[in-house]
Amino acid sequence: MNDVHKEKGTNKSLSLFFKSSFIVSAVIIVISSILLYFTFTFDIVPPILNRGIQPATFPKVLLILIIALTLLTYFISLKNPWKNEKKLPNSFYITLLSFVVFIIVSKFLDFFLGIALLSIIVSYFWGERRATYLIMVSIIFPLIVFVFFETILGLRFPPGIITNLYYG
Amino acid sequence: MENLGLIFAPLFSYKLLIVLFFGTIFGLILGVLPGLGPTTGGALILPFTMTLDPLSAIVLLTAIYCAGTYGGAITAILINTPGTPAAAATCLDGYPLAQKGEAGRALGMATVSSVIGGIASVVVLIFFAPLLANLAYEFGQPEYFALAIFGLTMLASIGEGSPIKNLIAGAFGILISTVGKDFMTSIDRFTFGINELTEGVGFIPVVVGLFAISEMLTQSTLINQIFNRVALKAVKLPSIDDYKKTWKTIIRSSGIGSFIGVLPAEGGTVASLIGYAEAKRWSKKPEDFGKGSIEGIAGAEAANNAATGGAMVPTLALGIPGSATTAVILTGLIIHGVRPGPDLFREQPEFLYGIFGSMLIANILFFVLGFFGAKIFARITLVPNKLLWPMIFAVSVCGTYSLNQSIIDVWLMLLFGVIGFFMRRYGFSVVPVIIGLILGELVEGTLRQSLVIFDGNWLMFLQRPIVLTFFVLSLIALSFPLIKRKKKND
Repeated sequence: MNDVHKEKGTNKSLSLFFKSSFIVSAVIIVISSILLYFTFTFDIVPPILNRGIQPATFPKVLLILIIALTLLTYFISLKNPWKNEKKLPNSFYITLLSFVVFIIVSKFLDFFLGIALLSIIVSYFWGERRATYLIMVSIIFPLIVFVFFETILGLRFPPGIITNLYYG
Repeated sequence: MENLGLIFAPLFSYKLLIVLFFGTIFGLILGVLPGLGPTTGGALILPFTMTLDPLSAIVLLTAIYCAGTYGGAITAILINTPGTPAAAATCLDGYPLAQKGEAGRALGMATVSSVIGGIASVVVLIFFAPLLANLAYEFGQPEYFALAIFGLTMLASIGEGSPIKNLIAGAFGILISTVGKDFMTSIDRFTFGINELTEGVGFIPVVVGLFAISEMLTQSTLINQIFNRVALKAVKLPSIDDYKKTWKTIIRSSGIGSFIGVLPAEGGTVASLIGYAEAKRWSKKPEDFGKGSIEGIAGAEAANNAATGGAMVPTLALGIPGSATTAVILTGLIIHGVRPGPDLFREQPEFLYGIFGSMLIANILFFVLGFFGAKIFARITLVPNKLLWPMIFAVSVCGTYSLNQSIIDVWLMLLFGVIGFFMRRYGFSVVPVIIGLILGELVEGTLRQSLVIFDGNWLMFLQRPIVLTFFVLSLIALSFPLIKRKKKND
């Protein structure tokens, strides 16, 4: 939080569209509007069965409320600008990418291989270079977790190239 | 009151004592590690509690809650980084005092004031929760609707950060609760053809995502951060002089913390900030605050621990969480088949008083463990993030998967992790999302059932005095930030 500085004064030259308050508000409003559109596709209960309100009414009210409050936040931000955060470092994007790697590997190859790969990517790119620690964090610890969940909680993990070796 | 004797029951159960011991140690570890804390830790441990009976499970979670809230002070004092958000105010005076070579004194005061605050709040819980539960016997669906609305509007008035952003986050939480089959008509909402979503979005993927995974992303932006650690020789009990200086502050902050805790909001974090501010306002030496004032530490720590018992009051008596961690405890109750509310007090007093007694014991246990073990717990912060967070990821993924054995839950957890990261980055607190998610079903369910009772006539809400009272309180809660801002501008 030390690297936070106010937009006020420093970013006067920036266009309105590049202000974080505008981008965040726009994202919220666009997503809410899409969801609001979907509420119109919900099935409608026939009047004879409808007691109280339709199933779509409550989410509609919530989404309209979110849009209205977001607009209000945006207009307030014109007077009191939001704090401007520093640019995100590469380590953030690598961590985010490792989530994608985890999803792909766990879906198509193996759940625990996904965990092991994510662990080694995160640990390495966050600065760990010692092989022993990398092995510990990516192989030994997930193995302990697997054995714990499998034996104590009786959990069955999704099939995959490694878990199938265990399950036979 | 005839059930008060049941408070001592946990003392005679070796199983509960073991659970309490491990819960307290685990809570201290979670509290000490920046970015974790009792909410994330509670959510991570929730799947493991399925191997325990309901009382042991809730005792484990409450021990983590009490000890975790205190544990944050150790990191706040020694490395100027709050282990939990509730310990943020402790940094202000704890670290400067530690820098003066008085880390042991600072930790001693934090430990003693935490224990006094914690025990005072359990006493409030023991006497106040049954009274509130008795009152709730009068509540019908419209009253519960009004109460839930009041709980949500409180997020605007006493939550951290921008009131409007808190309301947006709360509405988002309620919106998540609408995913799945509509409970009255079985019509699909926001399922997008995904079968797993017809059961709705689980609580665990959202909590673990918003807290643990978003924190992992936050930590990824701080990998070059260097902590300045202050050496700790031993924790020292406060001197007579320190007690003389702080006893009024501790009592005041215990009261403030218990009161704030009862209100459905962010519990300990807000309580400690108010406790600290009040300690400064009433101090004879306010100029010492921020430079290592012992009163500052006492004010913040007594308040944040007092909020633990306070937050359990609405959780147990009404089923409305008083904080994010009690929302996790509430989920624990529900998945173990225990429905909080007035009936729980009438039908299972031994269960409730077992929890009360366990919270008292947990406070005494963390006093002993904190006093003699703070030095060891402080060493846990030496575990580098580059090793810690991949391990937390592995536990998060397996824990989230384990509840429903659903891979969709794991992906939802990651999605909420990313959402949580950006929410926090742009000043939206994630706590209202959790409270909104927990209260969502109650808000919609009671609203629709009330409208059935009223035959669709909305105005009939206003004919019920309790509903009207809660609506007026909600309006006050909503206008409170405006009044506060106007007062500040004046």
